[in-house]
Parts: sequence; structure tokens; C-alpha cells
Amino acid sequence: MNIHEYQAKELFKKYNVPTLRGHIAFTPDEAVKAAQELGGNIWVVKAQIHAGGRGLGGGVKLAKSTSEVREMAAQILGMQLVTHQTGPEGKLVQKVYIEEGADIKKEYYLGLLLDRALEMPIMMASTEGGMAIEEVAHNTPEKIIKVSIDPLTGFQSFHGRKLAFGLGLPVEEINTFIKFASALYKVYMDHDAEMIEINPLVKTGDGKFLALDAKMGFDNNALYRQSQVNEMRDLSEEEPTEIEAGKFGLSYIKLDGDVGCMVNGAGLAMGTMDTINYEGGKPANFLDVGGSASAETVAKGFDIILKDPNVKAIFVNIFGGIVRCDRVANGIIEATKITNVNVPVIVRLDGTNAIEAAEILNNAGIANIVAATDLADGARKAVAAAKGE
Amino acid sequence: MSILVNKDTKVIVQGFTGKEGTFHAEQCMAYGTKIVGGVTPGKGGQEHLGQPVFNTVEEAVRATGATVSMIFVPPAFVSDAVMEAADAGISLAVIITEGAPVKDMMFAKAYAVKKDMMTIGPNCPGIITAEECKIGIMPGFIFKKGNVGLISKSGTLTYESANQVVKEGYGITTAVGIGGDPIIGLSYKQLLPMFEADPETHAIVMIGEIGGDLEIQAAAYIKEHITKPVVAFIAGQTAPAGKRMGHAGAIISGGAGTAAEKMAALEAAGVRVVVSPADIGKALAEVMKK
Repeated sequence: MNIHEYQAKELFKKYNVPTLRGHIAFTPDEAVKAAQELGGNIWVVKAQIHAGGRGLGGGVKLAKSTSEVREMAAQILGMQLVTHQTGPEGKLVQKVYIEEGADIKKEYYLGLLLDRALEMPIMMASTEGGMAIEEVAHNTPEKIIKVSIDPLTGFQSFHGRKLAFGLGLPVEEINTFIKFASALYKVYMDHDAEMIEINPLVKTGDGKFLALDAKMGFDNNALYRQSQVNEMRDLSEEEPTEIEAGKFGLSYIKLDGDVGCMVNGAGLAMGTMDTINYEGGKPANFLDVGGSASAETVAKGFDIILKDPNVKAIFVNIFGGIVRCDRVANGIIEATKITNVNVPVIVRLDGTNAIEAAEILNNAGIANIVAATDLADGARKAVAAAKGE
Repeated sequence: MSILVNKDTKVIVQGFTGKEGTFHAEQCMAYGTKIVGGVTPGKGGQEHLGQPVFNTVEEAVRATGATVSMIFVPPAFVSDAVMEAADAGISLAVIITEGAPVKDMMFAKAYAVKKDMMTIGPNCPGIITAEECKIGIMPGFIFKKGNVGLISKSGTLTYESANQVVKEGYGITTAVGIGGDPIIGLSYKQLLPMFEADPETHAIVMIGEIGGDLEIQAAAYIKEHITKPVVAFIAGQTAPAGKRMGHAGAIISGGAGTAAEKMAALEAAGVRVVVSPADIGKALAEVMKK
């Protein structure tokens, strides 16, 4: 789960990670009010969406008067902001963050994430602030300094020194930087964060460090104990069908093909998408129906898949283990009674009681249900059906 | 022969008396696994499924001589259970529970390593030595005895692969579901040498998926150390970047962890990589005949 910049900064403030003052606004009027409250004569109007690259997409603007704040807020609010992370359709901007201006001397990058190979968090810093870190890593990897932090001992001053000297900071700024980095590590650990990215981290004219931007993602498995983070969840930033699927214990991700997939198990669900691709088709979605594959979950799965108008056929691929295939077959037949399925459904059931299951499906005499013998056969039939063959 | 577990392995269950623990412990016993007891704090002294229940893992180990623990406790209690097992001298903990926080696993694994305890999982189907010992939730009947070792991040793809291997007329020595979380216990790199050393294993099937670099590490290890033929499939060739595909660890982040890069690394290491998971059995049969 991700949160907005202004929410991440709220968490930062509680841990004394320096940020600028700012207020959230949902209308141009609120934006002006926010600027007046902040005072000063320069403000930044920043679109709040869950995607990076907002500046390049026209979602971050500098205002030199309150009338400019109004004008820019009016421009940004309601726009479909397109960045390299939103996809071509962009994301609707529903709120802007009005922030005071800053005297920026230099921009850096600072990030924290789990290193899966080391099995501990790493902190990364770079002098290439404001650039996409993936690009820096690709083109000039020597410009990224990394320290791994053993969670058993936590962040130590030497971690901070290694990063600070690596960035070429003068000696008198080292301790300020260490304090910043150490507080950030605490934010990360205390909130079960998956990643924090400050891009840019800025040094001001008076030698202070500030998080000019802030991006945070969290471990979904830990949300049960992170009530504060949970309250920050913005459902309008997530795919509605994915949220709905989640309510029924289904894991769904929309893709852009025309062969719908319903599978038990995440690995087999990905494998099924790959098989469809291999057989010359394009998968319309990822859908893991979980272990039970009951009539209700299968019916819900059909509903969700069929919300996508591109779907021309559905491939149901269930490997029955503990759950018996004959039960799944009955579930599928029941599901077609609960919900209207108007495209061909290719069903491959393998594992426990697969032969009985095939008989049940064949005897049911439902015109648009086709039984398949194995994974390849099912994928082929589904691809052909989607092409109208 | 086999790896890690066999018909003589003594197993306890943490979370023995819970719904999941009960159901699967019963299935494992029916398969032939020596479940010698279980742990449910507060229920010590009772009997469950004909076996003793203990308050602590330490008591269970002392009374039964168990060396392996199968863990079914709820996600919030997984790290505690793993550390208790490690502290009690268990040598292998098989963590079935799905949904354990990453931070917890970071601490639990570090502790397990310190105490010399191996772990499998979390969020995995477990381990099975065909026709001898099943410690996990997989449907046992698919795994006919044979000469193929199986390592997989995915549960249902493990079943799919084993099924294909059997349909081709071969069978399984041991199959290990290592799980698809960001932090897991035993991985390819630790399991490959065990299969290499096992005289009954003649070939290895390895199933990976997008995210992380365990498969890349495996490729480097195979190139240097593995002489037995390896067949591999990597799930998620069609997965979009930045999206989590069901498993917590199955995500392409920052352009890294793609199926393509893993497949290329494995191919360069001499592994027979299949593009479609439907071809795993066929490819295995081919390498076995060579």
C-alpha cells in the first residue's frame, strides 16, 4: 500500500525528519487559504497522486502570488496527470499540497528499502537528486552509495558517515545529515514500510537538510498493526475492481488482453497467463481465486472478469489438490446460474477427481462451457475462442 | 534417499489444535508422516489426534525427540513461533502460514540462522519426500516416488509440475515449496547442492517467478557446481512491472526481477528453460533420456 506525499510528510514530522510547512487543499479557494496561512511570497502547488514524475507531467508548479496559487490549483485539480508511472490514461488529481518555498542550494537522493538478497534494509544516497534513481543506477551506478543496516543493531553513525562522505558533504554538515538519516530509518522500521524515497532531498542555503518530496510504501502483511497508516489509505488511488476482488478474497489485476483467466494459486495464475501468451493469445487479467474455489468465489470471479469489456473468452484453470475437482466443477455450474456468463468458458480441472469433474461438466450440457484435458489444451482452446474460431 | 526429511523424521506441529493445524496434521499422518506431538500454549497435557500436546516447543522436543516443526500459527505470531522452535533446538521449521510481516521474518530468520535452524517458507506448501513423509499442505497422491528433485516458489505450480513429471513416467524424490515472500528460508542455492549430493535424484526441476534475484543466484551456482540436468520455468513473463502478482515477493521493481533476465541467466548456465509451464514434463523427459 502507498500513501501520498503530504501523508508521508506527516509521519516524517512526528519523527523530526525536517520537511517544509504545507497544507492540503481540495479546491482553489482552499489552496489560497493554505497559502495565506503559510505566509511568505512563494509557494509550490503539488498534485497529490500515487505516482512519481509529477513535476515533468505538469503537476508541480511554483506560484509567486496568491492569485497564481489559485490559478495553478485550478489548473491542476481535476486534471488527468500523466507521468511515466501512471500509464497513458493518467490519474485524476483530486487534491493539491500547498507548500512554502525553500532556498535550495543542492539536491540529493535518499532512499530506504528492503534488500531481498541481504535480507535487511539498505539506505541509498546519490548526488543525482531529482533524477529517476533507476536511471542513475543504470547509467552511473558509481553515483549511488549504499549501506546495509542490520535490523538487530539498527542505524549506526558509521552508516551515516559512509553516506555523507560518499556524497562529498563538508565535515560541518555530517552530523546534521546523520541525524536526518537516523530519524528516517526509525520512520521506516516503526511503520513497517516497504520503501521510502526522498527525491529530492535538499540542502538549503543555511546548511540544513529537508525532504522536499516524500514517497512511502508499506508491507500489506503488517497493516493490521499500523492503524495510523491504514487511516491514510486512499481508495480512490486504487483500481476499483482490484478493491472489490480483495473483499471476496480474490487477488485480481487487470491487463490489456482478451482472454480472461481464473486460476487457483498465484504461481499457476501467472503461469496460465504465460501459457496463453505462448499459445498466441493475450491474457486479460491475473486472478487467483485461492484455495477453496467455491461456487460463490467462482461466480464473483466471473463477475469481475466480465466487467472488462475486452474479455472474449475465459480460461478456468484449477489444479485440485485438497480441494476436489468434482466440487469445483459443481461450483462452476452453480456459478453460471448465479451470474450471467456470455462468453465461452474453457475449463481445465486436473488433480483430485479430475475424471469425475469432466463428466459433471459434460453432462451439465451448458453450451458455452468447454472442457480441456490439460494446461496447453485449455490455453489453446481459450485463445481460439477469443479469436472467434 | 531423499533430502531433508524421510520416513523416520519426527515432526511436531506448532498451532496443532487450530483448524488448519488439525486438518493438515491429520492429512500428513495419513500420508505416513511421523507426527509425534504438537504445541498449543495453554493446552499442554491434552491429547490431540492421538498425540500429546505441549505448552512449549522445548517440552515437546524433550519428550518426543522431534527435529522438525510444521508451523500453522496465525501471521502475527509466526516470528515468535519460529524463534521458539530455533531456541528449542529444532533443526528445520516448515512455515506454512501466509501473511507474515516482512519485518518479522527479517528478525526471525536472522535468529534462526544464529541458532543453526533451517527454515522453509513462509507462505509455502511445505516439503514432501514422495511416499515417505509429507510436511505441508500439498495433495500427497500426486507425488509418486522417482528420481526428480523439485524446488518451487509456487504451490499450485509445484503440483502442476509434479503431475506432469509423473504423467511422463517419472517420479519425485523430494519436492520443496520455498514460498514467494520477499524473505524466505531455504532457497534454490541451499537446496540445489542437497539434490546434487542425493544419489537417488537424477534431475532437478526448478520453478521460479518474477521478483528478487534468487533465480539469478541459482543460475550462478548451477553453472559452477551442479552436474545433474536442471529444467526451469519462470512464472510471470506476461506480468506488468510494478504490480504485485499475488505473492508478496512477486513484483518487478525498478525494472529488475523480470522473468526474461532470470530465464537468460538460467539458460546461460546450461539449464533447460521452458517458456510454457505446459512443457515442464516434456522437457524433463528429454533431459532424463539424454
